[in-house]
Amino acid sequence: MRMWFVCRFCCPAAQSNSNPEWEAKVLEYFKGQLKEKESHSWVPSLNDVPLHYLKPNSLVKFRCLVQDMFDPEFYMGVYETVDPSTKANVLRCGKYKDVTECGVDLNSRNTVTAERQTFYCVPIPGESPWAKEISFLSAARVVPSTSYVPSRQKRSYEEDDDMDTQPQKQREPHTGGGTKWCHRQETEAPSSQTTAPSDCSSHLDLNFPLPGERGPACLVKVYEGLDSFKLNDTLEIYGILSVNPVLTVLGEEKDPSLLLLNPTESMETPEEQRAHDPPASLVPRLHMLYARPLQHNNPLLPSAPTEDQSAFVSSFLVEMASVRAELLAYLTHVLLGDGLAAEYLLLHLISNVYTRRDVLPLGKFTLNLSGCPLNSYTERLYQIVQQLVPCSYRLSMSLHTMNSMRLVPKKDYVANRLVSGALQLARNTSLFLDETQLEQGQLDSSGVRNITALGNLISWQKVDYDFSYHQMEFPCNINVLVTSEGRSLLPSDCQVPLQPQVTPPNMEEYLTTIHMAQFTSQINKFRVYLSLARTLDYSISDEVTKAVEDDFVDMRKDDPQSVTAEDLHRMLVVASITCSSNGWMRAKHIDMLRRSRTEQQKSLNGNEP
Amino acid sequence: MRQPIGRSENWQCGVRTTTPSMPPLTSTGLEVDMSSPLMYGTPSSRVEGTPRSGVGGTPARQRPDLGSIRKAPQVDLHSEPPSADGAVASEQALGQKLVIWGTDVNVGTCKEKFQRFLQRFIDPASNEDENAGLDLNEPLYMQKLEEISVVGEPVLNVNCSHVQSFDADLYRQLISYPQEVIPTFDMAVNELFFERFPDSILEHQIQVRPYNALKTRNMRSLNPEDIDQMITISGMVIRTSQLIPEMQEAFFQCQVCAFFTRVEVDRGRIAEPAVCRNCNTIHSLALIHNRSAFSDKQMIKVQESPDDMPAGQTPHTTIVYAHNDLVDKVQPGDRINITGIYRAVPMRENPRQSNVKSVYKTHIDVIHFRKTDEKRLHGLDEDSDQKLFTEERVQILKELASKPDVYDRLSSALAPSIYEHEDIKKGILLQLFGGTRKDFSQTGRGNFRAEVNILLCGDPGTSKSQLLQYVFNLVPRGQYTSGKGSSAVGLTAYVMKDPETKQLVLQTGALVLSDNGICCIDEFDKMSDSTRSVLHEVMEQQTLSIAKAGIICQLNARTSVLAAANPVESQWNPKKTTIENIQLPHTLLSRFDLIFLMLDPQDEAYDRRLAHHLVALYYQSEEQIEEEFLDMAVLKDYIAYARTYINPRLNEEASQALIEAYVDMRKIGSGRGMVSAYPRQLESLIRLAEAHAKVRFSDKVETIDVEEAKRLHREALKQSATDPRTGFVDISILTTGMSATARKRKEEVARALKKMIQSKGKTPAMKYQQLFDDLRGQSEAAITKDMFEEALRALADEDYLTVTGKTVRLL
Repeated sequence: MRMWFVCRFCCPAAQSNSNPEWEAKVLEYFKGQLKEKESHSWVPSLNDVPLHYLKPNSLVKFRCLVQDMFDPEFYMGVYETVDPSTKANVLRCGKYKDVTECGVDLNSRNTVTAERQTFYCVPIPGESPWAKEISFLSAARVVPSTSYVPSRQKRSYEEDDDMDTQPQKQREPHTGGGTKWCHRQETEAPSSQTTAPSDCSSHLDLNFPLPGERGPACLVKVYEGLDSFKLNDTLEIYGILSVNPVLTVLGEEKDPSLLLLNPTESMETPEEQRAHDPPASLVPRLHMLYARPLQHNNPLLPSAPTEDQSAFVSSFLVEMASVRAELLAYLTHVLLGDGLAAEYLLLHLISNVYTRRDVLPLGKFTLNLSGCPLNSYTERLYQIVQQLVPCSYRLSMSLHTMNSMRLVPKKDYVANRLVSGALQLARNTSLFLDETQLEQGQLDSSGVRNITALGNLISWQKVDYDFSYHQMEFPCNINVLVTSEGRSLLPSDCQVPLQPQVTPPNMEEYLTTIHMAQFTSQINKFRVYLSLARTLDYSISDEVTKAVEDDFVDMRKDDPQSVTAEDLHRMLVVASITCSSNGWMRAKHIDMLRRSRTEQQKSLNGNEP
Repeated sequence: MRQPIGRSENWQCGVRTTTPSMPPLTSTGLEVDMSSPLMYGTPSSRVEGTPRSGVGGTPARQRPDLGSIRKAPQVDLHSEPPSADGAVASEQALGQKLVIWGTDVNVGTCKEKFQRFLQRFIDPASNEDENAGLDLNEPLYMQKLEEISVVGEPVLNVNCSHVQSFDADLYRQLISYPQEVIPTFDMAVNELFFERFPDSILEHQIQVRPYNALKTRNMRSLNPEDIDQMITISGMVIRTSQLIPEMQEAFFQCQVCAFFTRVEVDRGRIAEPAVCRNCNTIHSLALIHNRSAFSDKQMIKVQESPDDMPAGQTPHTTIVYAHNDLVDKVQPGDRINITGIYRAVPMRENPRQSNVKSVYKTHIDVIHFRKTDEKRLHGLDEDSDQKLFTEERVQILKELASKPDVYDRLSSALAPSIYEHEDIKKGILLQLFGGTRKDFSQTGRGNFRAEVNILLCGDPGTSKSQLLQYVFNLVPRGQYTSGKGSSAVGLTAYVMKDPETKQLVLQTGALVLSDNGICCIDEFDKMSDSTRSVLHEVMEQQTLSIAKAGIICQLNARTSVLAAANPVESQWNPKKTTIENIQLPHTLLSRFDLIFLMLDPQDEAYDRRLAHHLVALYYQSEEQIEEEFLDMAVLKDYIAYARTYINPRLNEEASQALIEAYVDMRKIGSGRGMVSAYPRQLESLIRLAEAHAKVRFSDKVETIDVEEAKRLHREALKQSATDPRTGFVDISILTTGMSATARKRKEEVARALKKMIQSKGKTPAMKYQQLFDDLRGQSEAAITKDMFEEALRALADEDYLTVTGKTVRLL
């Protein structure tokens, strides 16, 4: 099988060391192999297959987010060992490996030192259960090792297969799918997953950005192109799995008497040791051969920008308009018959920061849905959004969470790592801020900091990571949706008061019925639409430019107080997201509707600013 | 007493000679690999080389920073010449050419060269602060040796760039083989020193500390080739460890016969002698701690400075070991330049483990620290963060400066995404350049502020915050705070107890951190009064005084303040004055050089241009934008260059023009019985004119600079200090918080009220409401409640009446 290539490739080449280009050749070989059709699915994924079913030193892939970048390290690229029996010197290769063979001659002049860097990678935070499920189904057909017979999963397999064809009803309530998934993971890899995140931290904090996340974290050793990777990149990494138990033993308690003398031991605090050298059984090492940056993590779409994808896109474009109409109808139902709010929600879901002009991010579209009914409506709404987007997180903005939760990542200098926070998210993650949960009370200093961080995120699409001596700005691209009763206390690009057309006596039941009425294939179309619409380009003709100018001047003439540059900003964003030739007209139209609605609301409430 | 021979063992890695002999220690029965080339002794060269006779009683001191030769070379990167080469070298050496094994360093030549360097090197253009007080036309380092003989501090700091300019080959050797070359330098210096000052007594022999190696500037660029070489990197200290006593030499004593032996530490380990050589008892030797030799050592973690980092990555950290007197020289938070030797040590081999981790641990053995922000505490010099510009860059900048429209170009390059507001951008541009710093502290007049402060006020949603964000991102030492979220403590500094060391630490806030930069304060109006009050000192005196928890100090906060404020009523009320609109104390307002209003002009042509601008913003491609505007990086460099190198002074004409401008401003008011300008305004004009000269890269402030300063100042005044009642520009709105006409009216009302009360005859107490109604009925002008209350207050101040609750009593 393919996974054995590595072992055969590395060692003989190093031993001879005759061909210095062998490293490049190895990479080329693997890239070539992986380009082949279907070959991706051959490689077992760390996301799907429990660690102990994977063979050490085999080729695996991992879909992840770069959570932290450790300092570069020097390792023995080539070293010499002395065979104890024959006393012969043998050259060996240290690349793609964690430990050396026995009997290293440290003073050999053939030793070559090389540099590599370690990234701490976690599964993409907030990945929706459906995305995990589908990628699991499409990839896990391979049997990664002979000992891995997925007999235990047989039942669930069948179930999953059924789900592709049968209505949602089959796996209702839908959240059941998610929990079942978690459950399955739990039974398979109990060591890395304890029930509550608080338990995790006492045992070993895997540093996931979001609380309650599961899945393997991984130390990825990167050899090439160090500068091309950035923090919070989402990558699909192909590499060699290393779970050598030696790593764990080396990380054990040291003899304290030696600590005093040996400078290399005293360098690291126990915390640092724990963060940088966790037991390999919990945090496996992955020696990267090749990494593919992911534009999105929607498994329904071809991920690589190949001809494959463009064909897919053009085929989908045909039915784009109809899917959009269906999705709009669906969202209208979900938003209790409010078509305008549904349209804005749709625009919000496909918005994307496509560029930045000096400090100004262009294309962000934060939506504030005000006037949300209480009693778990927002929760259900989130579940529906979660069904549609590949990555999402609901932050319930209760006083307690705001005061206690860590939103902004912070550098821990004792352990020398970046302690993650809930705002360390992958691009295009949907962040659902539930302000209906907020009650009156006192925010403490960390609460104020958290609110400020959310405000900065919305206004500038950046998060200032706390490096204690200074702050560092990391630009991000997160779709923020705020649900609130009145106008949100957070800034937003657009506020839409929800006007329910129907008042179902039982909200739960109402939403469940709507949800179940959709076929899975239909939902999948929506999912593809949302991911695809985001990537489309849109340009503007001169006539439209002229029309925009004229319209703006006219609007200002009528009412200079209420139409400002900010309004124009918003309408231009909407126009560009609507992504059609009459985008501007539509943008103007719905903005007018929205405006009249807010006015109405104002006069109703009287005192709302 | 042992011979002070230890030091030479430290460095001599052996010159191949025909008569090998062992250093004394090896005779103690240590297992030494005799076959190792490292062990070749150098009796002749050492005996002659070390100026022991001249040194007399001055003991040598070990240099753990260079490491014992015997511990090296653990990692070999620069591929060593194969042994054949070494043989060739030694054969050549039969003449005079002995080289240290593995290098091309000949001790004799090297020493000679360095002595020549010390005796001859002159740098007339030197402006380093280390050389203050030295005669620049005399050999620099000879003067430093003299200083050593007087002060008695046996450390000689040598600037590597001096060595390079004197002898490039010597410099190369120093960088490549610091472990061998620096001890040779030590030897050379001591010889020279004790020849010249034979009677001086030092604590130990002089140690040479090179600094400013040009090899590496950035932590990120360290790579395996730098191992065992001398490097200089900059960074920020993030952690320092406790002092670690590192054993240099273990002292073992036999429990049976009291025979003792010393064992030197090798690669962090001590080979404990199993058998006593004297009485042959097995396992009788015990370590005696207080007779063993230790040296001080400290682990310091350094993080690369934020400016060196590519965007989107996390900062790297490096471990640094400081030895002996360099311990505790730096504190967390310090920005330092470190010169040292880069080391890589393999992970310790675990005896229980057959295979080891193939990773090296790297660290730097520090030779020299240099704090880069030291000068901020006590200097005026801005050299500390002097940015190095390449020739071509300077050429580009000068070319740009020579263009006649450079001022407009730069101002339009500022925040291109924000539309128009040309004058505001110009004001901010001048703020970025700042005036010329003047120091009159010798004559007792103190420092004059060179920084320009600007306040933007106006309607919400007029992209004030965006402008602030832009400026914050543009300047290297910018701080951004929001008035709502910051307290006085966060702005200034506070004293904190370090949980680890129980030490009191001064934590600096935004204002101190933006020293020499710009502090952007958003939502200035939302700031609490106590917070605002600290700004008074900062904005005029440019210092911050702290008296907290026993720490009393004054910190420099030479920061420009760029603040943004929203009107109190959320919408700007054109019928009110600036003060009334933003409700800030006039004492603070008068400290702003320029106060701009960012209002919605409400004009069709403007709207059209704005719309066009925004559409272009959204739909123009990246390249189109680039063509139109200057690159942000160029702008940054331009500002940095001008701030460092250009210090314009007023010429005669400009001074005259300024005087005239000031007199004119005073005249406007005097006609109407008001003061329309104060010396503060004159100072502002001077600063603005200087900044404008800086924009032109001109060393002289000329009339055109004054003209522009006047124009901008007038423009700002026109916006912010126009009395809405009369339409005149009235500076007293900003200086006293009230326009002259308003003050006049207040007096009139008070007089009328007094007259009315007097006319009522002897009534000791009156109803408040009754009085108000009476006054309103009597007066022909409309009298508001505010005006009435103000009048009552004025009369109360005159001790004419008192107001208690709802009744007014006469006194």
